[in-house]
Amino acid sequence: MTTAVSQASTWSTLRRGLAMSPELRSGLAGTLVLAFFATAGRVAVPIAVQRGIDHGLLVQGGPDLGAIAGVVAVTALVLLVTMISAYLMNVRLYTVSETALAGIRTRTFRHIHDLSMLHQQSERRGSLVSRVTGDVDQMSQFLQWGGVILLVSLGQLTITTVVMATYSWQLTLVVYAAFAPVVFVIRHFQKRLTVAYGVVRAHVGTMLAAISESVVGAAVIRAYGVRRRTESRLDAAIEDNRRAQFTALRTSVTSFTAGEWASGLATAAVVVVGVLLGIGGHLTVGQLTAFLFLVTLFVQPVQIATEVLNEAQNAIAGWRRVLDVLDQAPDVADPGEAGLDLPPGPIDVRFSHVRFAYPGGPEVLSDVDLAIPAQIRVAVVGETGSGKTTFAKLLTRLMDPTSGQVLLSGVALTDVRFASLRRRVVMVPQDGFLFDASVADNVRFARPDISDEDLYLAFAELGLADWVDGLVEGLSTQVGERGEALSVGERQLVALARAYVADPDLLVLDEATSAVDPATEVRLQRTLDAVTRGRTTIAIAHRLSTAQAADEVLVVDRGRVVQRGPHDELVRDPESVYGRLYASWLEQTRAS
Amino acid sequence: MLNSDRVLGKGFRVLGHSIREQPRLFSIGVAGSVLFSVLIIAGAYIVGAIIGHVVVPAIDHRHVGVAALAGGAGVIFGVSAAKVLGLFGRRLGAGAMQFRLQATYRRRVTRRYLELPLAWHHRNATGTLLSNANADVEAAFYPIAPLPFAVGTVVMLFVAVASLFFTDWVLALVGVGVFLALLGMNIVYSRLISPRVSAAQRLRAEVSAVAHESFDGALVVKTMGREGDETQRFAAKAGELRDAMIRVGRIRGLFDPALDALPSFGTLTVLLVGAWRLRQGAITVADLVSVAFLFTVLAFPVRAIGWVLAELPRSAVGWERVQNVLTATGDMAYGEAELAADPKPATLRFENVDFAYAATVPGRGPSGTSEPAPSLGQPVLHGVTFEVPAGRTVALVGPTGSGKSTIASLAARLVDPTAGSVYLDGVDVSDLAHESLAATVALVPQVPFVFDDTVRGNITLDRPGVDDAGAWAALRVAQAESFVSALPQGLDTTVGERGTSLSGGQRQRLTLARALAGGPRLLILDDATSAVDPRVEAAILSSLRDGGAGASVLVVAYRRATIALADEVVYVEHGRVVAHGTHAELLATVPGYADLVTAYEKADAEREREKAYDEPPANSNNPSATNNKGIS
Repeated sequence: MTTAVSQASTWSTLRRGLAMSPELRSGLAGTLVLAFFATAGRVAVPIAVQRGIDHGLLVQGGPDLGAIAGVVAVTALVLLVTMISAYLMNVRLYTVSETALAGIRTRTFRHIHDLSMLHQQSERRGSLVSRVTGDVDQMSQFLQWGGVILLVSLGQLTITTVVMATYSWQLTLVVYAAFAPVVFVIRHFQKRLTVAYGVVRAHVGTMLAAISESVVGAAVIRAYGVRRRTESRLDAAIEDNRRAQFTALRTSVTSFTAGEWASGLATAAVVVVGVLLGIGGHLTVGQLTAFLFLVTLFVQPVQIATEVLNEAQNAIAGWRRVLDVLDQAPDVADPGEAGLDLPPGPIDVRFSHVRFAYPGGPEVLSDVDLAIPAQIRVAVVGETGSGKTTFAKLLTRLMDPTSGQVLLSGVALTDVRFASLRRRVVMVPQDGFLFDASVADNVRFARPDISDEDLYLAFAELGLADWVDGLVEGLSTQVGERGEALSVGERQLVALARAYVADPDLLVLDEATSAVDPATEVRLQRTLDAVTRGRTTIAIAHRLSTAQAADEVLVVDRGRVVQRGPHDELVRDPESVYGRLYASWLEQTRAS
Repeated sequence: MLNSDRVLGKGFRVLGHSIREQPRLFSIGVAGSVLFSVLIIAGAYIVGAIIGHVVVPAIDHRHVGVAALAGGAGVIFGVSAAKVLGLFGRRLGAGAMQFRLQATYRRRVTRRYLELPLAWHHRNATGTLLSNANADVEAAFYPIAPLPFAVGTVVMLFVAVASLFFTDWVLALVGVGVFLALLGMNIVYSRLISPRVSAAQRLRAEVSAVAHESFDGALVVKTMGREGDETQRFAAKAGELRDAMIRVGRIRGLFDPALDALPSFGTLTVLLVGAWRLRQGAITVADLVSVAFLFTVLAFPVRAIGWVLAELPRSAVGWERVQNVLTATGDMAYGEAELAADPKPATLRFENVDFAYAATVPGRGPSGTSEPAPSLGQPVLHGVTFEVPAGRTVALVGPTGSGKSTIASLAARLVDPTAGSVYLDGVDVSDLAHESLAATVALVPQVPFVFDDTVRGNITLDRPGVDDAGAWAALRVAQAESFVSALPQGLDTTVGERGTSLSGGQRQRLTLARALAGGPRLLILDDATSAVDPRVEAAILSSLRDGGAGASVLVVAYRRATIALADEVVYVEHGRVVAHGTHAELLATVPGYADLVTAYEKADAEREREKAYDEPPANSNNPSATNNKGIS
């Protein structure tokens, strides 16, 4: 991750980031005008001091209170305008940037769902969550605080320079000469800071992973009595993170002090040169005093800009990570409006010379070429790693084949609009993920408009009414985080009910009842047979009871379909792949 | 919610606590800050003095002494050099203090996670625990970063006011007025902003929770075609967060320029009042310039007080959540008793065991600050009594949701019974030392957990006496040898979060090997081979049997072959032991058990009967049958 960070340059990231958020440009001209006024007011006080001293205090016959009062009144008015401009500018900036950030969040969220990485690399979900949370938050600080401050600081530098130059161009040159080296020092430290922050982020990642492991793995850590080991891993990760943070801070402070050195140098030089100029009659005391005030006004923005640039490294890094995600084209794209709807009625399936391999991996499916007629029940069996789950993923277009084509009812799957595909084709995955809500809400996920009565009826039709009745609060029972208040088998029952109410024309079951007891499974099988009649059902099975009940069995072995036919036919050859699988199954499940 | 006064008070107590914990770093930070602040004031006076004593006479007389001028410049530059020193002290002291406190509390919180029992973990959402150790610790010590700066500023304010009185009491009163106004404005600001910031913080957590859940359930979302609805759900939360942040922005946007401008108004007042005092002869031009300059340079540091105040409410909330973990009670104390370490199988006995999971609080949000009350929920086990005699294998059989996994957890003492006792070799497991318990019992859970570590680390867990040879032997028995040797770096391959992804079956076999490697005297398999194909499972089970691990085994199972390996079967239904005995006995006498284990045979028979009525079979005229030959 650290190496990826340095790939896109800061400026190109900023440019592309801004292009990605058109919201940020809305009303920009007005905001800049306000920023000008907000900044311009800052030089009012030094000017007031100068005019006060030269025209009010050091005049013949003692201080002229009237003149002073006039200067003060005008300056107060300017300050008031400045305040109001700054307030309006801030409100605009907050509104625009927060709107833009909410937009980025939502677009990134949607994009992540469109990518396949979520279900292919389930272990990296945590880092994807941070794309729509922490990474976007990092930008927010820069856009609202840093961005404005940088803008205001640049404005202040410009205006201060102009005002300084009107007092004395010679002294202005002196100030610039003193600050010139700062630019190089900051550049040098910026590079070091980028590296240091990269290290911090890597350590934060490691630390969060270690903490999460100690929480998620609580049961295993206790069962194996490995507390000390976990403690020392946590301690090391926490300590590494602390060290990295401190190193980054040290670099940042060192870079920050450059401004202070320059300020001391500039002030001292201004006094010396100013006095010499004054002696030559080119400068009044008031002008020199005002100039010294102006130097502090010059120093402030330089120091603040240094700080902001340091912070900006973080924001840019966050932006870059979000852009990295948005840049990945969905490997499985929705044809959208241009696509076709699946023809109405039962769905038949055709695999035309389909091959599949994960990028850089070996072929998982090799030249699968077959047709499955509508309205039949097919079981796909094979050993672990034979490619049967890949078959299900290609069928539901969670992935596209490396070559060849999958057709549903004669339409190429890649041409089918997602809206049509997801309504007509539903898959029940092995891990029946449940949301932290009630049983009813989880089933309703598939059909939001279903009534409570129909929901109960659905469970009843699946033969699960007594299971629902046995729940503490029936359908309103909360299932907990990821459904963990239910047993693994119970979660599968809810997931099955969810698919059932979706009422698809093609139902794909991926080991959907693997953790359910045999009696319940057989009962479900029978009720499923009844309720799925009239639609096409394809069940990935590792319990061969499913295969026995199917109209047809597809046997997958090392990425190829090696056998096909009804169970009774396939078992006749005991030497075949299926014959051996079945013999083993019998051995496992029947009285010995 | 707590009112803002109490929150502010709490926040100050957190600060006090932090200072007591890191007095040295705090002192370094404050010393640096005071040095810096004093130099700012000194700088103002020095500039004033140089103008009064060097510049004015020089320009008036059109002459200047080199020594005076060089001295003045030297002093100004020297002040800057000393300020750099102060800066380092202040910022590094503050940073070191903040990072150290964060690290210390992260260690304490995670230690506590490891000490607290599983029952406590069950009551607290994973997301909450993660944010307790991360975001909450961070929030608690957020005000530490500007703290030394703020303390230094307070010192500076006192010095400034004192010096003002020394110059002129009227100007001093102006100063006091401005400083009091600044302080008051900062307090009003932090009060107005803190509830808004808390609301935004809460929404931030909710946005994160929605994303977490939605990404976790990505497969379901995608297969149900609900990406659009999920995006809407997320967009609604993101929109609420946007609105909350804009509400924060309005306040911040108002106060920031006002706080910036206040010292400028002070300078103007000084100019006005100073001119009057100058006319009275009470002060000199140099005095007036110094005071005006002072106001300008003080404007920025005074903001530091505001930063601390603004962060206090968040800090107080974070601290409270962290304290909830640190002071959580209900530790599952381990005893002192040790079981004999000789390698013979252990006896496990359950006596009248009742168990109820703590009631989960419905609708508990991710930002829940208070620990849910550990009230008991619906009981899941009632008077469970059975025994696994030494060296025997007992199968635990029952329908889905009957309490089998709970029994497995109780046997490994991951949870304690609400009534009754569990005994290992006749000793109540709650009297056993943790090491002795862990060395005796190994549990393989239903859902395998793989550490973010190498394969070796995952198997040995650095337990004494488990070497590479032992790891390979365990992998062999668990039928994992071939896939592990095919991994790019063998035993050294990193798996888990940031390593190679393993399939469900591979994960299960890895965790099985982990259990076997420790040479347990009691092995508990909680449906631990469900993701493994029947043939692979058969191989594992026969290895287990033939390998003679010298262990008693409690196995949660549905498969007949697994049950056939058992000497005895315990049959549970609705949390009660309905029957125990040999498989044959139960098959003959317990209808529920017979239904469960003969489900497949019954289904076979049913199908045969249907076929007899339903000739010819439904698929004989299937067009696909002709396609068969085309496939290979």
